[in-house]
Amino acid sequence: MATEAAHKDDHHHEETFISKYIFSMDHKMISKQFLITGMIMAVIGMIMSSLFRLQLGWQGESFWILNFLLGDKWAPDGILDPNMYLALVTIHGTIMVFFLLTGGLSGTFANLLIPFQIGARDMASGFMNMLSYWFFLASSIVMISSLFIETGPASGGWTVYPPLSALPQAMPGSGLGMTLWLVSMSLFIVSSLLGGLNYVVTVINLRTKGMTMTRLPLSIWALFVTAIIGVLSFPVLFSAALLLIFDRMFGTSFYLSDIHIAGEVLEQTGGSPILFEHLFWFLGHPEVYIVLLPALGITSEVIATNARKPIFGYRAMIGSILAIAFLSFIVWGHHMFITGMNPFLGSVFTFTTLLIAIPSAVKAFNYITTLWKGNIRFTPAMLFSIGMVSTFISGGVTGIILADSALDINLHDTYFVVAHFHIVMGLSAVLAMYAGVYHWFPKMYGKMMNRKLGYAHFWLTFVSAYGVFFPQHFLGLAGMPRRYYSNSEFPMFDEFVSLNELISVFAIVGALAQFIFMFNFFYSMFRGPRSSQNPWGSNTLEWTTPVDPIHGNWPGPLPVVHRWAYDYSKPGKEHDFVPQTVPLEEGELDGGAGH
Amino acid sequence: MVTILIILAIVLTSFAIWQLVRVFEGTSKLKDDSSFVPTDAENSYQGKMMFVFMLGYFAFFAWLYVEYVPLLLPESASEHGVLLDQLLGFNFLIITIVFVVTHVFLFYFAYKYTFSKDRKAYFYTHSNKLELLWTTVPAVFLAVIIVYGLSAWIDITDEAPENSLTIELYPKQFDWTARYSGMDSTLGASNYNMISTFNPLGVITNGSVAQMQEELKADIVYYQEELEKAPKGGIKDEELTESIAKRKRQLERVASFEGLSAASLVSGDDDILVKSEFYVPRGKSVEFIFRSRDVIHSAYMPHFRSQMNCVPGMTTTMNFIPTITTEEMRAKTNNPEFEYMLLCNKICGAAHYNMKMVIKVVEQEEYNKWISEQKTFNESIQPADEGMASKISISGNEISMIEQ
Ligand code: HEM
Ligand SMILES: [Cu+2]
Ligand SMILES: [Cu+2]
Repeated sequence: MATEAAHKDDHHHEETFISKYIFSMDHKMISKQFLITGMIMAVIGMIMSSLFRLQLGWQGESFWILNFLLGDKWAPDGILDPNMYLALVTIHGTIMVFFLLTGGLSGTFANLLIPFQIGARDMASGFMNMLSYWFFLASSIVMISSLFIETGPASGGWTVYPPLSALPQAMPGSGLGMTLWLVSMSLFIVSSLLGGLNYVVTVINLRTKGMTMTRLPLSIWALFVTAIIGVLSFPVLFSAALLLIFDRMFGTSFYLSDIHIAGEVLEQTGGSPILFEHLFWFLGHPEVYIVLLPALGITSEVIATNARKPIFGYRAMIGSILAIAFLSFIVWGHHMFITGMNPFLGSVFTFTTLLIAIPSAVKAFNYITTLWKGNIRFTPAMLFSIGMVSTFISGGVTGIILADSALDINLHDTYFVVAHFHIVMGLSAVLAMYAGVYHWFPKMYGKMMNRKLGYAHFWLTFVSAYGVFFPQHFLGLAGMPRRYYSNSEFPMFDEFVSLNELISVFAIVGALAQFIFMFNFFYSMFRGPRSSQNPWGSNTLEWTTPVDPIHGNWPGPLPVVHRWAYDYSKPGKEHDFVPQTVPLEEGELDGGAGH
Repeated sequence: MVTILIILAIVLTSFAIWQLVRVFEGTSKLKDDSSFVPTDAENSYQGKMMFVFMLGYFAFFAWLYVEYVPLLLPESASEHGVLLDQLLGFNFLIITIVFVVTHVFLFYFAYKYTFSKDRKAYFYTHSNKLELLWTTVPAVFLAVIIVYGLSAWIDITDEAPENSLTIELYPKQFDWTARYSGMDSTLGASNYNMISTFNPLGVITNGSVAQMQEELKADIVYYQEELEKAPKGGIKDEELTESIAKRKRQLERVASFEGLSAASLVSGDDDILVKSEFYVPRGKSVEFIFRSRDVIHSAYMPHFRSQMNCVPGMTTTMNFIPTITTEEMRAKTNNPEFEYMLLCNKICGAAHYNMKMVIKVVEQEEYNKWISEQKTFNESIQPADEGMASKISISGNEISMIEQ
């Protein structure tokens, strides 16, 4: 491109290493910072899961690796301590839900894609964006540091229900570990609010000429709505955390009442642990869509691009994102059916929850129809996206069972729930995140990732992921509770020992497979072949920027948008894609506007 | 079979390593644009793999189904549970159909429409008819599911009939106690300020109130003696002063229970407290009342398809009618050791996995016999051993000091 040379001259300020890599305000660099931090957190979370799967697969057996990593205090003789088991489960859940799939996923792709795909030079506020990353990093460091303290990290489950999490007498992890958890999450919420506000403002204000809302790629719609959900729901978690801090430190009784513990009567009365559950799940349920929507957004882009076909039902897809976002705020009670809530209220939550299945189903059907009569190129990103549609369906259908308050009585807090949310949220989002990385790696580093390794990574991950979580439905149906250190106290679970072993084998194979990805990622970053400007033949604006990223994204003026993002294989066109910057011909209809 | 799958997993790993090695043999010879997208061979291979995966996935499902469905919970031992199992079966039928059909389409399309240079994808942006179809069809099915599900829910959460047997299930870290109401069919009042070793549920009766006051007074005396020994102004000194003040306040609260009506002060006397196992008669409605001493627990009785959280500071309830005795279930499951279990199903601390109680469902006569053999609360709190009280409090205090 001629403009590329012209641009070299406008490099008015030289960047130092520090301003470029550390205190960067460039959305592309911040995106990479989020990604790498998220990856490090994910590796830690993944190792934790392998450790507790060792215990669950071979209960009470000794493993030197446990002793090696956790020491004599937490794994004497190589046998995991029950308190440490709960700590691992808790921090694993917290890391995966918040640090990988909220901070890591939204942080990476909102930062990378929003300015790129709407045609903006950067985020509305580069400074706030930088702060958002730094708060995220600080909160990650605090969370990890809690692993190294004497009494161990928070251990009350990622949902940290009081009184268990409020009282150090209840378990060692509820001491300093829980304090650090709360500090870390407060920092995290600040990060997420700074980021979210920025994303919303950027999408509203900085779209380039011609980029109407109905021409936005679905990835941007998803990230935009996600940010709105986050901005509305995270403050509620913040208040829940704040009240918990008060109860722990200042003797207030928001969540505590009538408690006798460790031989002592507590003097706090009048509070209710149920209040915490309401506040927590008022964020907690929207949170699952904060995780899922960006994943769906990425999947929409990758599937349309690689099926060489417009996403089916663009407007219905936007409609369902909005419907899901709205409904996600009025279903939180489905996590609390058996807390003694008024049965009528339970009925209302069953009703609203089941309504969400409708927009979700529309999305699934639309993806499948997008594949129909497509011309599918199986890039690794495409494989991950198809995998994501599969997990979204497999996990979504069991939601229908859990949403039925009557059925939830017997399934609540069993492995059935673990299977459900790992498949629908964990797997879907992780697969989509991988899809996003494989797909946009060229835009991050100007290099290509290795495809063969991508294939090996996909199949090992996909097969072991189902190998881990699919059988857990059966454990749950057998009545096996989650968060049990061991099942050997109950003969009724004896038949499932070998199944647990199988799950653990898959978990370990799956974990090892991720190192293929790590290797591919870092190897390609330095040694991968140089990418071309638009390697996938894609329509969206980021592929009109130069291969080597520059400040301000486009040399010369900003691109002007003339059409929606999905003119793939449009009849009468020479190529099977028509970038958004190509003007409409005489009499040509814009797909996004409907015809 | 499990071994086969484990071997399979290992084979998959070796396959990956083999792939890894191969990559380095022929790295990046091609550098032009077309080398970035998959080759025809790769596309067709991956397309086939999609189809193979689908078959494997279904086979895995089928294997799990055949192998493990017979090992799931036996038929429901409560009346409402039968209803729930039917509802579950109905929902499973629907979601399994949806699951299979959508997966067939997904993977079949992926396989069928693999890339070819000679073909162009069908430019198909939307179809109002299709979209209407797959909004309304799920809506109709969901309507059925909602109506069916909620009618069961309303049925199950209905209040217990008048003549129910009332049992309180009381958890603490890490065990359960069951309390029966005794001759008068009323559970005596209880309060957490009244909890002591002799009175794990804090039942309020004339006897227990007097005893608790004595215990607290003995504690206060003990702490005062300690306070005299402790050096002035130290941490120990402050702690002891605080302990004394706390016990004095508790003493006041306990003393106030003497003001309860005479009837409620005796109603607890005949209550019966049992640990490790409890009995319920077959065919009679049982109303469970739940409280909790310390953190949230959850009373999970999967064989009866029943569960309810136990929350400190509030009371929750749940009721069901047991329909199959333990003996009968042993015969049905062909397992002479079969027991109905109460599990804790809300994370509550280190020994959460080990909080259990056996539930015996027996015929009414056997139940009557069993209950008549149990000690009443009044009998169990009798002779208060001097000095014991202070020991308990000290140990309690020690625990809290260590863990702070
Ligand atoms: C679409 C994306 C979805 C995500 C990301 C998701 C995620 C989750 C998560 C994380 C939990 C467990 C939280 C915990 O207890 O630790 C959960 C539970 C639950 N989900 Fe979903 N879910 C999704 C879809 C659905 C759908 C479509 C339904 C209903 C139609 C549903 C119904 C439920 C219910 C009722 C529970 C509570 C179960 C229980 O705790 O007993 N979910 N989900
Ligand atoms: Cu939810
Ligand atoms: Cu418990």
